[in-house]
Amino acid sequence: MSFSTILMTVFSTTLIYAAPLIFTALGGTFSERSGVVNVGLEGMMIVGAFSSTVFNLSCGNIFGNATPWLSLLIGGVFGLLFSILHAVATINCRANHIISGTVLNLMAPALCIFLTRVFYNGKGQTPVINQSMGTFTFPGLADIPFIGKILFTKTSLAAYVAVFIGGVSWFFLYRTNIGLRLRSVGENPMAADTLGINVAQYRYLGVLISGALGGVGGGVMAQSITLNFSASTISGQGFMALAAMIFGKWNPLGATGAAIFFGLAQSLPIIGGYVPILDNMDSVWFQIAPYAITIVVLVIFLGKSVAPAADGQNYIKGR
Amino acid sequence: MLHSRSIRALAVPLISIIAGFIIGAILMLIFGYDPVQNYQNLFIGSLGDVYSLGETLRNMTPLILTALGFAVSSKAGFFNIGGPGQYLMGWFGSIVFALNFTTLPTWALISGSMVCGALLGGIWSFIAGFLRAYFGTSEVITTIMLNYIALYFVNFAVKNWLAKKGSDSSPNIVQRASLNTDFLQKITNNSTFNWGFFIAIITVFVIWMYFNKTRSGFEVRSVGLNEAASTYAGINVKKTIVIAMLLSGLLAGLGGAIDGIGNFQNISVSNNLPSVGFNGMAVALLAAENPIGIIFAALLFSALQIGGLSISVYSNTPSEIVDIVIASIIFFVGIKYIFEVILTRKWGKKQHKVTNGGANK
Amino acid sequence: MEKYVVQMKNITKNFGNYKANDDISLELKQGEILALLGENGAGKSTLMGMLSGLLQPTSGDIIINDKIVRMESPREAKKLGIGMVHQHFMLIPAFSVLENIILGDEPLKAGRINYKQAAADITLLAGKYHLEIDLNAKVRDITVGMQQRVEIMKALYRKANIFIFDEPTAALTPQEIKQLMKVLRTLAAEGKSVIFITHKLKEIKEAADRCVVIRMGKLVDTVEVSETKEESLAEMMVGHKVNFAVKKQETDQGKEIFRIENLNVEAHGQLKLKNLSLTVHAGEIVGVAGVDGNGQSELIAAITGLQKVKKGVIMLGDKQLQQQNARKIAAAGIGCIPEDRQNIGLILPLTIAENLVLKSYYKQPISNKGFLNYKRINEDGRALIEKFDIRSQSEKELVEDLSGGNQQKVIVAREINAHPDLLIAANPTRGVDIGAIEYIHEKIVEQRNSGHGVLLVSFELEEILKLSDRVVVMHEGQIVGEIDPRRTSSEELGLLMAGRKIAE
Repeated sequence: MSFSTILMTVFSTTLIYAAPLIFTALGGTFSERSGVVNVGLEGMMIVGAFSSTVFNLSCGNIFGNATPWLSLLIGGVFGLLFSILHAVATINCRANHIISGTVLNLMAPALCIFLTRVFYNGKGQTPVINQSMGTFTFPGLADIPFIGKILFTKTSLAAYVAVFIGGVSWFFLYRTNIGLRLRSVGENPMAADTLGINVAQYRYLGVLISGALGGVGGGVMAQSITLNFSASTISGQGFMALAAMIFGKWNPLGATGAAIFFGLAQSLPIIGGYVPILDNMDSVWFQIAPYAITIVVLVIFLGKSVAPAADGQNYIKGR
Repeated sequence: MLHSRSIRALAVPLISIIAGFIIGAILMLIFGYDPVQNYQNLFIGSLGDVYSLGETLRNMTPLILTALGFAVSSKAGFFNIGGPGQYLMGWFGSIVFALNFTTLPTWALISGSMVCGALLGGIWSFIAGFLRAYFGTSEVITTIMLNYIALYFVNFAVKNWLAKKGSDSSPNIVQRASLNTDFLQKITNNSTFNWGFFIAIITVFVIWMYFNKTRSGFEVRSVGLNEAASTYAGINVKKTIVIAMLLSGLLAGLGGAIDGIGNFQNISVSNNLPSVGFNGMAVALLAAENPIGIIFAALLFSALQIGGLSISVYSNTPSEIVDIVIASIIFFVGIKYIFEVILTRKWGKKQHKVTNGGANK
Repeated sequence: MEKYVVQMKNITKNFGNYKANDDISLELKQGEILALLGENGAGKSTLMGMLSGLLQPTSGDIIINDKIVRMESPREAKKLGIGMVHQHFMLIPAFSVLENIILGDEPLKAGRINYKQAAADITLLAGKYHLEIDLNAKVRDITVGMQQRVEIMKALYRKANIFIFDEPTAALTPQEIKQLMKVLRTLAAEGKSVIFITHKLKEIKEAADRCVVIRMGKLVDTVEVSETKEESLAEMMVGHKVNFAVKKQETDQGKEIFRIENLNVEAHGQLKLKNLSLTVHAGEIVGVAGVDGNGQSELIAAITGLQKVKKGVIMLGDKQLQQQNARKIAAAGIGCIPEDRQNIGLILPLTIAENLVLKSYYKQPISNKGFLNYKRINEDGRALIEKFDIRSQSEKELVEDLSGGNQQKVIVAREINAHPDLLIAANPTRGVDIGAIEYIHEKIVEQRNSGHGVLLVSFELEEILKLSDRVVVMHEGQIVGEIDPRRTSSEELGLLMAGRKIAE
């Protein structure tokens, strides 16, 4: 296998695994920037994966090739609807954010598997989808020598979309007035309130965007990796995304970068087989490496990450 | 005021439990299942005879211990999502010990297995605690990462060190090393009920004592409630963080060890992290991290899980309905503020009288 | 007839059964400076909270520019031209000054915030009102004085006509206070109207035209400042004659019990204390005056073992303390009443009894072989509650359920009961009511009279001058001067605090 083919494989596997994490980590960033801790990303992903799979299975023959992409939108919509639960609990009912997030993580698999059994004759998993999200080769760009092959051939289009959304998110949070206000309610809600900013409204915005992006992230997982929905479709990716968000210091660009790093790490076991020196090492080291490296990098280079000042604090007026 | 506080502390979970069951019933009605029949099956299937009761109590055991583990770290102000990894390491440790020291006398074999498991779980959380205390590294990330490291490490170790070639499971431990004895099987109609249950209950009281009677427990509580004030008061905060996290992992590891030598008798390769680690978190939250409350929360949780099995045996209702009920209950516990508003309105007059009386004395 | 910009008529505000404001009326004329005087807890902030839209009155009318209004949120108050400068600044430390000012009213250009235009507008305004601010600095990096100017600018930027200042001078130097008074007068001269909340009589005499006095939620009187004496203002505020002096018997200065030599402390890569030396004798209260942020917190942290000492010696008697940890230092005989009682001094969700043993729980007889003797803890708690008159239901009541003054008493009880050779008191009376202030001052003086040393660090000059036997002034991490409080005016002290050496 040639060097450029190895690089291409590394790159595309990385992106395929990174895409769901990027979307979801961005979602987490929005929620926590607005001051609502979101350990429920896993649940949001599950709902997104389930709803997108059901849509794909039901409407695959109507929309053809466009189905996976429409499925992502559906995943986003249902993720958003599901996140209302978290918003109501934390913003209106003063629930502890971690308890509420844990509820999402408990509720999502219960509800989705329940519905899977109801819809698919009592089976605990859906059939495999017909219209999946394959690899994508950028026309034109792929012809650039060397780089074209590595970056733009047989790669994950969803990941490119995700990175693009990462950039958009950064612009939104750091360059627009809505972004400034959203961050302000995560830093000092009382100060924001005195300036006439509706704290609840912006926190809702943060949580709902997070639900939508988490749903899309779950959708990508189902549409491009597992290709059906079962209890194990989402197994820890939500928590990985949470880690990516913290790793990225609650910044959309940082979160995107961290998610890509995790994607690379997850693709290591697959890549290991191709690289001559590495192929007689035990695969366990490749499996463990990403997680161990993350810890080491955090300890050595980052130290204490600083969350938004009012992250996890309920805002109670007049106190 | 103290009095009404404790009434409220009980009222919230009770209302939540009822509300959770109502949500489940509504969902069943929507999809055309019979809630009354199903809840009846659920009850009989979990507590209706000695066998079911034995299963429920056995299933409760690891829930109690992982919940205690989560509660301990949480009291110190940390969010230990590492329960699954610590439990898994505990399970692994107990089996390794039980397989390798078969010549030891029974008591040493069993206690050695449990200690070995607990220690492995403890090492796992100690790493996170140490990094948190001395490097400020977010325990949320490290415990998540350590979960996966545990998963892949244990899979590798089982496959390469414990299992026979081509097999995905370790051999079974010797009968002598098991917590499941003939006597207990006899009285519970061959259920998987084992001595681990009693160990878990004793542990609950030990932890209760720890928090309410010991110096170290007081320090953990203080640090969890206010780190800055604890530093000012001269408490060694870093040491306390490490102790709390270590204890947390020891408990989850003990849970894994008891499940290992009490229930499974071996260990297998698995694709996913054991869900009991996460469920322990839910149990702890339902019990508001109160050690005694954890016993009841774990009983409820376990009864729902075990009873849920018979729901799908006797009808075509998906057993996941019980998980929905569980999630709903914890949701209602989470939004207890709403109930408190309602309760306060009802008892409002009495409340204010008491508070003012205190202030103006 | 003069134009009223604000009329509050018969305002009552209930929290549950508690009446925070009871039938209060006040008027504000255009272009005037009105002082709102009252003790802590008199209901000043509640009243102004209603005027700024944070709270809604239970009954009564608010009339702005001759129209009855009902403001459900600060947004509506803002629309009516009301700008509030809170005592605890409502700023976002992680944001820049510019972002803090424009937040909520950001000028846009093609969907993004037009920072350039905002900066230009604000610079113009700042020039007009002589407000010096650094727009690009992060708020967490600027001084308290500048933070206040940012708050004023926030209101100006929103074209406020009515300014409410909540205790605006609490954290300022005398010089900064003078500057602020100038700004207030500029505002009034430009036709804006100002209400400022305070309990400092001097400032009222200096700046205000009229003064509204409230006590325990009720209006006492509205007076012309020029026609009213300070003493009678004080009497109206407190409800009885006030004795400003503290009974302080002359003591012989004892031997030196505490000494700091050439102390250097570094925090966040900056040298916060530079070769600082200081002594305290037995039977002496040494006041440390200075503007917030000149190293006082680092000094206290270094003495109590919370911050590493880079260089220098700290001696209590013949014990060296500079390398010890917090617990050993406390055990050696240093007590400390920290400034931030809710976050540092107490653990609010623990009981009174537990808080009372927070520094001694690990010692015999309370701790025995790792177990705590709760019977003893609660008994000791009851005794101290009795002795220090902590108003509570029982020793098992949570500290968070106590009033501010009683919380402070819990700390005072714990620290004094440990019989420290040196007691450090950091702003011990900040935010507590007058009754408790007198009580705490008495206890501090008692400590001195019984032959122990006291180091009093305070931003309240009156407090320092009143209690101290000797005053040292801190500026930029150094002691810049030492004065005799009996022969010093607060003006002189103010110059020292601003960093000027005494002219010989």
